[in-house]
Amino acid sequence: MTEKIKHHLSDDLLIAYSAGLLNEAFSLMVATHVSLCDTCRAQLESFDAVGGAILEGDGLPDVPHVAMSPDAIEAIFATIDLAPAQETRAARRKDDVFPAPLQDYVGGDLASVKWRPVGMGLKQAILPTAKGATARLLYIPAGAAVPDHSHNGTELTMVLKGAFSDEYDSFGPGDVETADQDVTHTPVADISEDCICLAVTDAPLKFKGIIPRMLQPFLRI
Amino acid sequence: MLNAREHNSESNALRVPVPIPAFRVVQPLPVGNRALKRTNASSAPKTDPEAPDWVMLIGRIRDHQDRAAFARVFEHFAPRVKAFLMKSGADATLAEECAQDVMTTLWRKAHMFDPSRASVATWIFTIARNRRIDMLRRQRRPEPEDLTWGPEAEPAQEDVLSLQQESEKLRQAITDLPETQKELIERAYFGDLSHSEIAAETGLPLGTIKSRIRLALDRLRHAMK
Ligand SMILES: [Zn+2]
Repeated sequence: MTEKIKHHLSDDLLIAYSAGLLNEAFSLMVATHVSLCDTCRAQLESFDAVGGAILEGDGLPDVPHVAMSPDAIEAIFATIDLAPAQETRAARRKDDVFPAPLQDYVGGDLASVKWRPVGMGLKQAILPTAKGATARLLYIPAGAAVPDHSHNGTELTMVLKGAFSDEYDSFGPGDVETADQDVTHTPVADISEDCICLAVTDAPLKFKGIIPRMLQPFLRI
Repeated sequence: MLNAREHNSESNALRVPVPIPAFRVVQPLPVGNRALKRTNASSAPKTDPEAPDWVMLIGRIRDHQDRAAFARVFEHFAPRVKAFLMKSGADATLAEECAQDVMTTLWRKAHMFDPSRASVATWIFTIARNRRIDMLRRQRRPEPEDLTWGPEAEPAQEDVLSLQQESEKLRQAITDLPETQKELIERAYFGDLSHSEIAAETGLPLGTIKSRIRLALDRLRHAMK
């Protein structure tokens, strides 16, 4: 799958994630995409290397009172003696739709999602992330359209299963569509298969047209 | 200087001079251990002949629960982690507590460290950064899936060596940046800049290190098949 991804995360997002500046919902998007995409993983790890270089650099030792307390290392050994083992996250099964970071938020794979219908055949599930941005799973039946909408902020939509197209391009598994506030688009799921996406938004969407506007409070997006 | 390697090579008879800079082995390694394969490439940077081989020390922590090796890593990195957390806005008490947590995590996750994809400093940075998000923002930090070496697969030695050298070059490049630019990058990584203030144009030589990591990922993916 990883070689077929055409639409990647921007360097801005990857740097912000590496520096630890992204909000939780957008971090979930980055972690989920990077789990599927070696191109972005390599890019992210090279930005992490900048963080490592700063940790090793000459900008840090000037901070006063940085000496560790004299008994720090003994305290660490005492902690290690209490519980030496470190759990590792179970590997994802081959036929799972969700990468591990997404499974952590859903509490399992596709079967564990608590979908809510939001009209016109669409379903969604809001994921529990901190305020400031929203993460949700979106279920678009084969051939159906997400109502024409624009944004106040940025919306990232990543395909997990199936595919969709909008006025500008087409998106398959792993592809991320980035829509900024000046973009109005109507994603339509491919006819061959229902489409499941992860979408994150950092401001409410603004729908055009009367029916989507009535639906917006229910969409909570 | 190269005779320090004799503790660290699988067979003295097969040993050939290796054209890499000197490094110091803190303690002899027992022969026949799996760690030999993984740690006999030096991570010592060319510019500092006194720098310990951090990759080898992490290998000793992983394979032998070596507390002396841990103490070496702790002495160097714990105050830096503490300073990093204080630069990010923690007071000295909180920074001390979190720096201890970070070093404890290092011990417990030593088996997760992949020296063909990160320097030890980079790995410690990622642990410290995640602890900072936890501590200052009280938010979860979603992390990508781990790609770990299976029981058979080991990182290729040339990948380890190249990556560690590229990391040193990057550190040097940052040191050599004009002061204003260096400060901007440092502030971003200390968490002291908003997302939109970060300029992607840093002029840093990230291309080579990225292709090194990519190569290591390709080999890892291949090994997992
Ligand atoms: Zn990508």
